[in-house]
Parts: sequence; C-alpha cells; structure tokens
Amino acid sequence: MAIVSSLRGIGTRVVNGVWRIGFGSRFFLMTLLYSGASFRRFHLTVKEMFSSGVMSLIIILVAGMFVGMVLGLQGYETLKRYGSESALGTLVALSLVRELGPVLAALLFASRAGSAMTAEIGLMKATEQISAMEMMAVNPIARVVAPRFWGGVISLPLLTAMFSSMGVFGGYVVGVVLIGVDEGSFWSQMQAAVDFQHDVLNGVLKSFVFGVAVTTIALFEGYDAPPTAEGVSGATTRTVVQSSLAILILDFILTAFMFRGD
Amino acid sequence: MSSEALVEIRDVNFAYDSRPILKGINMTFPKGKLVAIMGLSGCGKTTILRHIGGVLNPTKGYVKVDGQVIHELDQDGLYKMRRKMGMLFQFGALFTDMTVFDNVAFQMREHTDLPEEIIRDLVMMKLHAVGLYGTQDLLPAELSGGMARRVALARTIALDPMLIMYDEPFAGLDPISLTVVGQLIRRLNDALGATSIVVTHDVQESLKIVDYIYFVSDGAIIAEGTADEIRASGEAFVHQFVYGEMDGPIPFHYPDGDFNRDLGVGV
Amino acid sequence: MERTTLDLWVGMFVVAGIGALVVLAMKVGNLSTYNVSESYQLQAYFSNIGGLKPKASIKSAGVLVGRVTEINLDTERYEAKVVMSIDRRYQFPKDTFANILTSGLLGEQYIGLAPGGDAEMLKGGEVIKKTQSAVVLEDLIGKFLYNKAEGSK
Repeated sequence: MAIVSSLRGIGTRVVNGVWRIGFGSRFFLMTLLYSGASFRRFHLTVKEMFSSGVMSLIIILVAGMFVGMVLGLQGYETLKRYGSESALGTLVALSLVRELGPVLAALLFASRAGSAMTAEIGLMKATEQISAMEMMAVNPIARVVAPRFWGGVISLPLLTAMFSSMGVFGGYVVGVVLIGVDEGSFWSQMQAAVDFQHDVLNGVLKSFVFGVAVTTIALFEGYDAPPTAEGVSGATTRTVVQSSLAILILDFILTAFMFRGD
Repeated sequence: MSSEALVEIRDVNFAYDSRPILKGINMTFPKGKLVAIMGLSGCGKTTILRHIGGVLNPTKGYVKVDGQVIHELDQDGLYKMRRKMGMLFQFGALFTDMTVFDNVAFQMREHTDLPEEIIRDLVMMKLHAVGLYGTQDLLPAELSGGMARRVALARTIALDPMLIMYDEPFAGLDPISLTVVGQLIRRLNDALGATSIVVTHDVQESLKIVDYIYFVSDGAIIAEGTADEIRASGEAFVHQFVYGEMDGPIPFHYPDGDFNRDLGVGV
Repeated sequence: MERTTLDLWVGMFVVAGIGALVVLAMKVGNLSTYNVSESYQLQAYFSNIGGLKPKASIKSAGVLVGRVTEINLDTERYEAKVVMSIDRRYQFPKDTFANILTSGLLGEQYIGLAPGGDAEMLKGGEVIKKTQSAVVLEDLIGKFLYNKAEGSK
C-alpha cells in the first residue's frame, strides 16, 4: 500500500509540475500580449523601475565593490605564483563582465526585488485587490503584472552594469592602490583582453535573459499563490529558490553558446 | 416586483468539480431596488455575485444583465458590461499602494480620457458623498475599518454604475460604522437611481434598508419576500436565522459524533 | 512618494546604469581603441599564425596602429591570409616587415610592423610581402633538443 500511495504521490507531483509549466507559459505569453499599456503609459513602468531598480541599488553597489575587492585579493595571490600580476586587471574584468556580474546581480535581484514582487502580488490577490480590478473591467495582467515585468527586465541589465563597474573599481582599489600592481598594465592588459561585443554585450544579454526569467517566476508565483498568509510566504520562498536555480542553469546554457571555443 | 428587471437569474446551477454549489437559483432584481441575498457563510451567496460579474459561468441556466446573457459575452463585451457595474468587496479591497485619491480616481483614469482637473473634482464629489472629504492624501493603511469601507464605496460608485453589488458590506464593522454604511448604501441607491444587491448575513442591519430579500441555504432559495414578510416567516430556518436562535434546523452540535458514546455514558 | 521625485530617482538610476555600461565599454573594454577614424586594408600571408585571433592588435614601434579583421586559410598557397585594418593616419613603406609577436611569455599575440626604407608607400588592399610567422614553442623546444643532440655527437 505504501508503494502505491508513494507512486500516486509522485504521479500527482509530476502532473502538477507539468500543469504549472503550462500555466506559467500561458501567463508569460499573456504578459507579453498585454504589455501595450506598460509602454503607452510609461509612468506605470517607471514606478516599478523605482521599486525594483532604485531600491536594489545599495545592495548591488556594495556587493559589487566587495566582490571586486575579493577578486583583486585572490587573483593577485594566485597570479603572483606565475609571476603575472600584471594580468590582474584582465582576470578581475573578465570574470566580472562575463560571469560574476550578471549571475550575482541576478541572484541579488531575485532575493531583493523578486521576492518583493511575489509578496506584493500575492497580498494583492489575498486582499481581493486583483478581483476588484477585474470587476472594474481593468485587466490585472496589463495593469499590475506587465509593468512590473518590464520594470524588472529594464532594471536588471542596468544594475548588472553598475555591479560590474563597481567590481572593477573594487579590484582596482585592492590591486593597484593597496597592493601596488602597476596601474598602466592593469588597465592596458584589461582593455586588450576585454572585447566590447564579445564580453560586455554578451554579459548584458545574459542579464537581460536572467531578468526575464526572474521577473516571470516572481510574478507567476505571486499570481498563483494561494490567497492566505502561508500561501504568500511559501510562494516568496519558491520565487527565490526557483529563480536562483533558473539563473545558474541558464548561465550554463548561455555560456556554452556564447564563449565556447576560447 | 412590478418594475422592469435589470438582472435576471434563471435556473442557475453551478458545481465546483462535481460538488454542487448552486441548485436551480431563480432571482429577479428590478431596476432601482435594493435587494438582499441572505444566508449562512458558505451557502453560495458570493458565488451568485460572481456569476453576475461574469467571473464564474453557470453549468446550467443563465444570468441576464441589462438584456444580455453574461456567459455568452466575449472578453470585450464582458469588460464593457463590468464598466456598468460596481462591486464592493468584503474588506474593501482598496489598492494598498495608492492614496485614497488615486483609489477613487483609478477607474476614471483607466476608462476615461478626462483631464486631471475634472477627475479631481469628481473624486472630491465622491468622497464628499461618503462623508470623507479631506482624507484624499491618506493611504488605506491609515484609515479605520469603517472609513476604508466608505472609501471603497466611493471607488465603487466612481463611474456611476447602474448595478452596485456589495459582498458582506457589514463584516467587521463597529455599530456606528454599521449604521453609516447601511444608510449610505440606501442613499446612494436612491440618489444614483441604481440597482443594488447586498450579500450579507447581517439580518438586523439589512432588514432596515432593503426592499426585498432572498434567503439562500445550501445552494437553493428557501424563502423570499419583503422585510416584514421575512420577519413574519413561518419557515423554521428563516426564523432561527432572523432571530439568531441557538438551536433549530441548524443544530448547535456538529451532526456526526455521539458525545455520550465517546464518554461511555448511556447506550 | 510624489511622481516627480520618483521620476527623478528613476532617471538618475537609468543614467547611472548607462554610465556604467559606457565605463565597461570604454575603460574596461576595448571600444575606445576601435578605429573611429578612417582605415585602410592590408593583407599578409603567414606560414603559421600561432594563436593570433581576429581583433588582435597591430603595433608599430609599440604604438597601436590597427586591428586584425579577418583570418583565412588560402587554399592555393596553404598559408594563412590575414587581413588587417590600419589607421589611415599611418602609412607604411612597401618593404615593411610583418612579424607575429607575443606580449610577454604567455601573453596575447599581435602583429608588429617594422617599416623598411622604401620611398613608395603601401596602398589599400595591397599585400605585405615580407612576413615572419609566429614562434611556436613546441618547434622551438624541438629545435633546441635537436641542436643539443647534434652538438653532443
């Protein structure tokens, strides 16, 4: 009997999972379909850029600075063994622009802005604000979901650029100012190795993809949350867990496509 | 029940999965009248409102509003219909991230191209109508329960709907707010020439203000009539409900267990 | 928060974000060293290019004068054909020597141009005739071992 019930449990979970993927995809398409108002009345999107972008600024800048400083320190210790401290700038910049910037900024964004989005929409649903909007003949996907989606998707690449810049600055402070690596070779080797199109733009593209993934997961979890306190808190946790996994898996796939062969 | 009907519910059946919620409901809401739907919690009252608003579709039968069958409308038609309706949700459902002003102005900004000065004047008129002129810059969190309900009422009537629905408008209010909201519902109905439907289990307050009452129990109508007819009703359930008696057709004890046997007494 | 102050914050946020992108492009990346000014094309054939890649720098006397735009294998000569884009401000004599060099022991490879003494200058689309291929470390070690073996005989 135990086998039958556990088999049944697995079956239910699989069916539920597939059902949610289908519902999530439909939700994503609906969001894109009803995005018109987010651009016609751009102040709606601006408002969401404030709550997802501007409110995440401090954590992004501080985290970026410290990640860059750690990279400077660790990178110096490692490169010193091979006598190539002058490549410190290259190491710091490439790791930030290609990987750490997009991934870490997206992870921070998921836990700071993504969870807030889920909680906000979940609460709006629990307090019947979404139903009220529907009864007022206003489409909640167009009015509530789409502006948050675009606000997040626009904000994350900008936050990522700031994260990477702060990181390079942090690496510069530790490497050049504190340890005393030659400033000229720090910058010139960096510039020789970092290609705008191949490294910087691909990093921006990555963060754009992460932005789409994180905001879609966050908004869907909020919209799909059971309208109770436990439902909303569970959805918030799921947002952080699922977005983090999605970011890391997507990063692998994107890296395989973008940087294979060098 | 002489004047023309705005809302007609004919033989509506509805089931969640296979659990029947509504069983053959017939109701008529004449223009300009204030009608109450009463019953215990979970008897299907709110489900009836959701059918009128087109959120749920009946498994059998139809709901007709202003001559149109709701479940036959497409998305655009339904949204057009909803613009003519107003609904007050159980706890107001005010948008918590907007000020009182923006809440009341919400539909005007979404559905009309009115210039901001006219919207301002209209919002002030609506707030004045519910006696809350001066609260426009507050956030919903800064309002008391009764005030929030009145702001929600002002938002509901923002576009002068022809049909106003109230879902438990009296839930969780103190006696003074109760009277205020009750009187507002009556006054707004008459002043706007609208038709109102109140879903409630607050008998005493609603009997004071409504024109006609439907009693719903277990998904079916068990009594209907004017306030006086309901008070004088011979139906045992209605009597127990109206006078709030402890025992009657709805027993005090949960029907299943036999407490005495559990204790090992008797039998 | 009033809408105007909110707009201001978001505006500052967007400006800062784009500013950071520009910093990444100009200061961290190589966008500033892309030739904005007019350039002309030169070609050169090498028997072995080593680890040279498109966009590698072209230097003369240590000064950056252009970038490698294209690398192909010429199937008639079975040599690598390298197309270079050179800043129009810099002209080189016909007998200029093109070397594939390495910056540092393990650094990036680049092309060094050593001008000769010819009075005539290379024009756009022309081929640099004198080239020296990349030094391949394995060959070097092999040669060294061979010489050692020869010497010890």
